[in-house]
Amino acid sequence: MAVPNKLMALPKKLTDEFDELVKNYPERRAALIVALHRCQEELGGWISPEVMEDLGAYFELEPVEVFGVASFYPMFNLRPVGKHVVSVCHNISCDLRGAQDVIAKACEVTGAPLGGTSKDGKWTVRHVECQGACANAPMFDLDGVYHEDLTVEKVAQILGGVR
Amino acid sequence: MKPYETYLLDRANVAGAHQLATFQKLGGYKGLEQVLKSGMTPAQVVDEMKKSGLRGRGGAGFSTGMKWSFMPDITKDPRVRYLAINADESEPGTCKDRVLMEKDPHGVIEGSLIAAFAIRASAVYIYVRGEYRLSHDRLLAAVKEARAAKFVGKNILDSDFSCEVFLHKGAGAYICGEETGLMESLEGKRGHPRQKPPFPAQSGLWNSPTTVNNVETVFNAPFIVQRGAAWHAGIGTQNSKGNFLCGISGHVNRPGVYELPFGTTAREILDEKAGGMWKGRQLKAWFPGGSSCALLTGADVDVVLDHDSLRARGSSLGTAAMVMMDDQTSIARVMEVIARFYEHESCGQCSQCREGTQWLSQIFRRIAHGKGQDDDVATIEALAKGMAPGKTICALSDAAAIPTLSAIKLFKEELIECIRQKRDPLGIPAPKYASVGAH
Ligand SMILES: Cc1cc2nc3c(=O)[nH]c(=O)nc-3n(C[C@H](O)[C@H](O)[C@H](O)COP(=O)(O)O)c2cc1C
Ligand code: SF4
Ligand code: FES
Repeated sequence: MAVPNKLMALPKKLTDEFDELVKNYPERRAALIVALHRCQEELGGWISPEVMEDLGAYFELEPVEVFGVASFYPMFNLRPVGKHVVSVCHNISCDLRGAQDVIAKACEVTGAPLGGTSKDGKWTVRHVECQGACANAPMFDLDGVYHEDLTVEKVAQILGGVR
Repeated sequence: MKPYETYLLDRANVAGAHQLATFQKLGGYKGLEQVLKSGMTPAQVVDEMKKSGLRGRGGAGFSTGMKWSFMPDITKDPRVRYLAINADESEPGTCKDRVLMEKDPHGVIEGSLIAAFAIRASAVYIYVRGEYRLSHDRLLAAVKEARAAKFVGKNILDSDFSCEVFLHKGAGAYICGEETGLMESLEGKRGHPRQKPPFPAQSGLWNSPTTVNNVETVFNAPFIVQRGAAWHAGIGTQNSKGNFLCGISGHVNRPGVYELPFGTTAREILDEKAGGMWKGRQLKAWFPGGSSCALLTGADVDVVLDHDSLRARGSSLGTAAMVMMDDQTSIARVMEVIARFYEHESCGQCSQCREGTQWLSQIFRRIAHGKGQDDDVATIEALAKGMAPGKTICALSDAAAIPTLSAIKLFKEELIECIRQKRDPLGIPAPKYASVGAH
């Protein structure tokens, strides 16, 4: 594969992984979305312009094409986020069972504004659409882990216990 | 409710069933084994599915056997073919596929392999929504175990059937649950739905013949091949066969995912499974199958849950995700949430959908926040009618229009009062977080 020799932001560990990943598909670029996930997980919780540039080089795509894909998907952060990310579902089943109160409490406990990051950079709180946890509403996702059947007390307890 | 036989969730209720050893103790992979060792041909498997009456569980309820039979004849069209399993599960209210993937991932793989055999696919891609980490990780571990035990890969169980199973992750876009959006996303692109024709069976993933099936749909296949089409066709109602997974959420005492035979009434599920409405309140309105179907009222609670009965009431079975709302629920508020969702999820390719969902969202928002204008209800109705049916590349536009029109049909007075009084007529305060599309 014509992998460029100078990838500035992608560690070898990731490109090694991608080398395996692309074998799962008849076309190399199909692995792009999974690769974006891995970059976000490993490289500080967001996709920087440098990472996009490198992914473009790796997948033989224009960086603008990588940006077009990354920006289409709500899970990808194109700006830095807090150390911990709380994604509160505000869709119907959660709304009916108190998602608004969960959002209010999450913002209060963390000091982050809804859709933004706390001043100390520790927390981002945002709302998301249905997460498929409707029968255990309301819920939020904290750093990739679901917390379900929430009450405001539980919200305070869970978020209060995070370092 | 009469006693009935369960099978879909039996293994899921056993601890450790996500691991191969337990799964096999509970009869797992016996369906696949039967197909491969009994000398069944792909055409015979397709035929069994047709006779069984199995219909897709992804929302549209299309006959599964029929869908499989649309794949081109291998003798005339030797292209590689693919099966894509739709595990994007993002329809508001829907949380059933997750139960299967987390608790019975081998069952999903076994079903996928039988489907792949039937359509002669050499690879299965399971498209799991990005947020479902546990589902993804359980499936990944299961594929690994299955490959080591020769259930996945080359010459499965020493037959001449070879098939790979790959996982793919979504990243939070509802539109990737639409089958052609899903294929774009699997190819590493934005999830923009494709114009049809060509249909996926002619030209799908990487221009090859492709079948897209929901998780729960293929999960049924091993049971059907083992117990026979006649057994399956003997359960349910005239045009809706077998058991199905029903999610029930909202204002009920015991929300959950329950396995039921078609023919059960909504009241039976509400009262006997979900423990009735919470706080002793009354049922005001409900979605029978996710937010993309028409609302029904409390008076409809005796309806039988199946495709025909719900259609006769002007709604549809959708994903069988019942969302129940009590008599203290503001319809303006509900519609604000729903309209905002479709606004956020429209991919923007079609003007009717892009503009329509934005307008609906804005107008419902202002009604719910006491700022509605006199002609808003008429405007909403005209807008929704301009968005559907079948005017756009995909059905998301319809999915936004349908609940909207039902809200106007059933709750017009309430919406008008909400505008006139500049507040919810029940006195329910406007939400604090004026939901401007997420992100
Ligand atoms: C906007 C939209 C979103 C959809 N989301 C899903 C989904 O999350 N999961 C799913 O299985 N089907 C979804 N569907 C339906 C699929 O397009 C397709 O009909 C289904 O996966 C086919 O599988 P089945 O025949 O087994 O039901 C969606 C359809 C539309 C229009
Ligand atoms: S109907 Fe909406 S979501 Fe579907 S393709 Fe058109 S703009 Fe995109
Ligand atoms: S509505 Fe919140 S998880 Fe589905």
